[in-house]
Amino acid sequence: MQDDSAELVACIPRLRRYARALMRDVAGADDLVQDTMERAWRRLASWRRGAAMRPWLFGIMHNLHVDRLRKAGLSTVELDEDTPQPVAAAHDTLELRDLQTALASLAPGQREVLLLVALEEMSYEEVAATLAIPLGTVMSRLSRGREKLRAQMEGRPVAAPLKVVK
Amino acid sequence: MNPQLVREAELHAYADGLLARARGADVEAWLARHPADMERLQAWRLQNRQLRALFDPVLGEPVPPAMSAPPHWASPPWRLAQRLAAALLIALTGAAAGWILRGASPRAAQYAQGLPHQAALAHAVYSPEVRHPVEVGADQEEHLVKWLSKRLGAPLRAPHLGTLGYELVGGRLLPGESGPVAQFMYQDAGGQRLTLYVSSGQPNNRDTGFRFAQEGQLGVFYWIDGKLGYALSAGVSKNELAKVAAAVYEQLDAAH
Repeated sequence: MQDDSAELVACIPRLRRYARALMRDVAGADDLVQDTMERAWRRLASWRRGAAMRPWLFGIMHNLHVDRLRKAGLSTVELDEDTPQPVAAAHDTLELRDLQTALASLAPGQREVLLLVALEEMSYEEVAATLAIPLGTVMSRLSRGREKLRAQMEGRPVAAPLKVVK
Repeated sequence: MNPQLVREAELHAYADGLLARARGADVEAWLARHPADMERLQAWRLQNRQLRALFDPVLGEPVPPAMSAPPHWASPPWRLAQRLAAALLIALTGAAAGWILRGASPRAAQYAQGLPHQAALAHAVYSPEVRHPVEVGADQEEHLVKWLSKRLGAPLRAPHLGTLGYELVGGRLLPGESGPVAQFMYQDAGGQRLTLYVSSGQPNNRDTGFRFAQEGQLGVFYWIDGKLGYALSAGVSKNELAKVAAAVYEQLDAAH
C-alpha cells in the first residue's frame, strides 16, 4: 500500500505536465490533476497490483477531461468565419507560442495521442490502453495530428487526408 | 516483412525510437529514396523536442500539497455536505448583499454586481479563441483605442503591461448591459490570457476601491472610476492578478 501511494505521488509532476499541455489554462489544468488524484486515491485499492500504473492513471485523467469537454461544449460560443481576423504582428510569432496555439487547434483526440507519445514517450500500445481506443485509431490520430501541426507551423493550409504509404 | 515497403506507422515508430532495431536499416534505405518522407519525419522529431521544451518545465514546479494528500477516505458524504453548505452560504451572502445594496441604490448595486460577472463571461467566451481572439490587433493599437473611445464616449487607454510579462493582443467592442463595452486582451509568453473589460455605464459616478470576485476558475478584480467601470479577468492566482490590477489602475490614474 505504501509503495503504491509513493508511486502514485511520483506521477503527479507528469500528470501536471500532460494536463498543462492539454488545456493551456494553468488553473484548469491543475484542477484536472486534483480531480484525477482524488479519484485515483479512492480507486487505488482496486487498482490491480502488477499492472502498469501509468495507463491506469492517465486513463482516469482522460475520462475526466472528456467529461469536461462535453460540459464545456454547452457554454462556449463559436464565432463565424466572417469575424475579422487580426493580422498577426511580427512579434507575435515566437515559435514556441505558435506551437502552443497550433496544439490547441488540434482535435482533442489527436492532441491527447500526440502528447502521450511526445511527452510521456508511451508506446503506441500503451496509448491505446490509456485512451481505450484501438491501435489503428492511435496511429491515424497521431498521423493526422502531426501533419496538422506541421502544416500550422509552416503557415500553410492543412493538407487533405494523408495517403497511406505502402 | 518486405524491405521495399515501409508503412506510415513504421515511419512514426522510427521517429519515436519505437521501431525494432532490425527494421531500422530498411526504413533508412526507404528515407534515402523518399526525401518527402524524410522531411516529414524530421518535422515530427522536431515537434517532439519542441513539445518537451515547452512543457518539461512543469515537471520542476513544486507540487501543491493538496494534490499529494489522500482525501479523507471515510467521508465523501461529508465532503458533499460541506460543498453544499458552502454553496448555500455564497448564495445567501450574495442575496443579502444584493438586498442591502438594492435598498441603498438599486441601479448602482445591480451595476456593481453585474460588472464582474459580465466581464468574466466575456473573458470565458473570447480568451480561448485561437483564430479570433480580438477584432482589432495590437498592430493597430492607435486605431483600436480611438475606435473604442469613440464608441464608449470616453477617452480610453490600453495599459502597457510588458513589464509584467503581458503583451497586448488587441481588443474588441462588446454589448454591455447599458451600452457598448470595450475588451482589451493581453497574453504572456506562456499563452496565459488576461482581459480588461471597460464599461461606460456607471450610473452614479461613484468611485469604488478594488473589489475581487471569483467566478469559477476565473479571478476578477474590478473597480469604478468616475464614469467608467473596469474589470480585469484571468485564470491566475489572486495575488498575481492583484499585481496586474494595481499596474492597470496606476497607469489609468496617471493619465487623468
